[in-house]
Amino acid sequence: MSDVGLSELPVTADLRKVLETPAASRPRRLVLNMGPQHPSTHGVLRIVIELDGEFIVKAKSDIGFLHTGIEKQAESLTYQQVVTLTDRVDYLANLSNNLAYCLAVEKLLQLEIPPKAQWMRVMLVELTRLNSHLVWLGTHALDIGAMTVFLYCMREREDLLRIFAMFSGQRMMTSYIRVGGLALEPPRGWEAKVDRFLDYFPSKVDEYDDLLRKNPIWMNRTQGIGQLDVDTMISMGITGPMLRGAGVQADVRRDEPYSSYDKFDFEIPTETANDVYARYRVRVREMRESIKIIKQAREGMPEGAYQAAAPQVVLPEREKMKSQMEALIYHFKIVTEGVRVPAGEAYHAIESPRGELGYYIVSDGSSKPLRMHMRTPSFGNLQALPKMIEGKLIADVVAILGSVDIVLGDVDR
Amino acid sequence: MISETAAAHPIVTALQRESSSWLVSAIVALGELTLEVEADRVVHVCRFLREEKAFNRISTITAVDRYPVEPRFEVVYHLYSVTLKQRVRVRARVDSTNPEIDSVIPVWEGANWYEREVFDLFGIRFRNHPEMTRILMPEGWEGHPLRRDYPVHGHRYDYAETEGGSTL
Repeated sequence: MSDVGLSELPVTADLRKVLETPAASRPRRLVLNMGPQHPSTHGVLRIVIELDGEFIVKAKSDIGFLHTGIEKQAESLTYQQVVTLTDRVDYLANLSNNLAYCLAVEKLLQLEIPPKAQWMRVMLVELTRLNSHLVWLGTHALDIGAMTVFLYCMREREDLLRIFAMFSGQRMMTSYIRVGGLALEPPRGWEAKVDRFLDYFPSKVDEYDDLLRKNPIWMNRTQGIGQLDVDTMISMGITGPMLRGAGVQADVRRDEPYSSYDKFDFEIPTETANDVYARYRVRVREMRESIKIIKQAREGMPEGAYQAAAPQVVLPEREKMKSQMEALIYHFKIVTEGVRVPAGEAYHAIESPRGELGYYIVSDGSSKPLRMHMRTPSFGNLQALPKMIEGKLIADVVAILGSVDIVLGDVDR
Repeated sequence: MISETAAAHPIVTALQRESSSWLVSAIVALGELTLEVEADRVVHVCRFLREEKAFNRISTITAVDRYPVEPRFEVVYHLYSVTLKQRVRVRARVDSTNPEIDSVIPVWEGANWYEREVFDLFGIRFRNHPEMTRILMPEGWEGHPLRRDYPVHGHRYDYAETEGGSTL
């Protein structure tokens, strides 16, 4: 090959201009589009990244690809029907959404929930937390290149889904927590199933922890990235494990106890490093705390009714409908016109696996909500993503995004 | 109108001491304090609540459409204090002829997406917002879906047209 000088090449005027400028002052910005179809965006999130070499200069997230108008739909359904919509908001924490919605409606109705239903709810939302954290851990590890953990997490999650199916008949869209209590009497033999899960699961958490903490790639890729100043985090509306990974003791279960959480003995894990690894530590420790709560709920499960004694709100038992006139009338009224909720407004927040999940419901006294707004944790948490990835390497984007633990159904609603 | 239960609330008394013209009403219902403020004073109230009462997080901003009542819209702010573990709800009414209100981004950065969401779904504009564009609905969507006079079913949308020709 003969030497070909630059001048002999067919170079366009634009390229020549670029080549003639000294390398140091050359504009090297590249705009990269990530998503909405990208395995590491955990759904349909689009991030537009401006790169200087491998460094991110500017980032912008584009959401709304999974917007399904749940808030609008809720306005045309009765209060009991809306429960099925709440399943579909955060599809990894269905029962948490059921619970937050029901607590807000029950606040408006000023309904007293029997202890058994409250404890059952606690047990189920903690199982949901395990389910959600397992999917998070599996996919987060997979993004960073640890495939085994993903398969193990999905294996254990399968058992959880079977427990949910045993209670409600559905693996994911459970709608098991209803306004006034639970949808059905807890199935016979649930204790044995939960016990069996509790027996082997704690050792599995240790196994994941060992697999990842002894993996130098995982340790190098998660430590020291994704930090954000604590005041900015709070002002940006970040909640949940991300905030606790920054050393802030904030957990709705402890700060504003609901559904008898004040009767349970558990810790709120916090870490101070405020990086991706700290968030991982917080969630793994939370899984251990959830196991503790489930054990306490399982062992101390009170006897009694699983639904409130409120015939205007709760559907009557099948047998009573066949023998009692009142039960038949209540059934007819609840099914045809729905439950009338006193006019007013209520906001109820719970600690979902991702942070503060709140339902704001405005009632005009009819049987359909005038307005239902969901304060979803992923929406607030995702907002801070550009702040966390700007100035970092492009390879860190998937690690940091994984640590936010978004569910796009939860973001877009 | 300040209800009897709310009159003794420390937040209400502090606000009234600061300025008597900010509060329209205050009420405690179902254990929740709701402050209704003048729409053009919302940033002042929010800044006061953040700086003096430690409400350092904006939990959510949303709106309620009271169609056909005027003023039609209520912009509702749910504030939370991470340090004091307290909540407060701030409400401002906006009418439909010129649905506009000041942005509270200078007080809490996190208000950005929530205000865009309210603009997108209700059509209420936030003054001094750096990026007042749709966030959930596609660009070029007509109307604001969460308004009460917007139908639940039956709207049509041609995706190819707004993307500028064929999507392929």
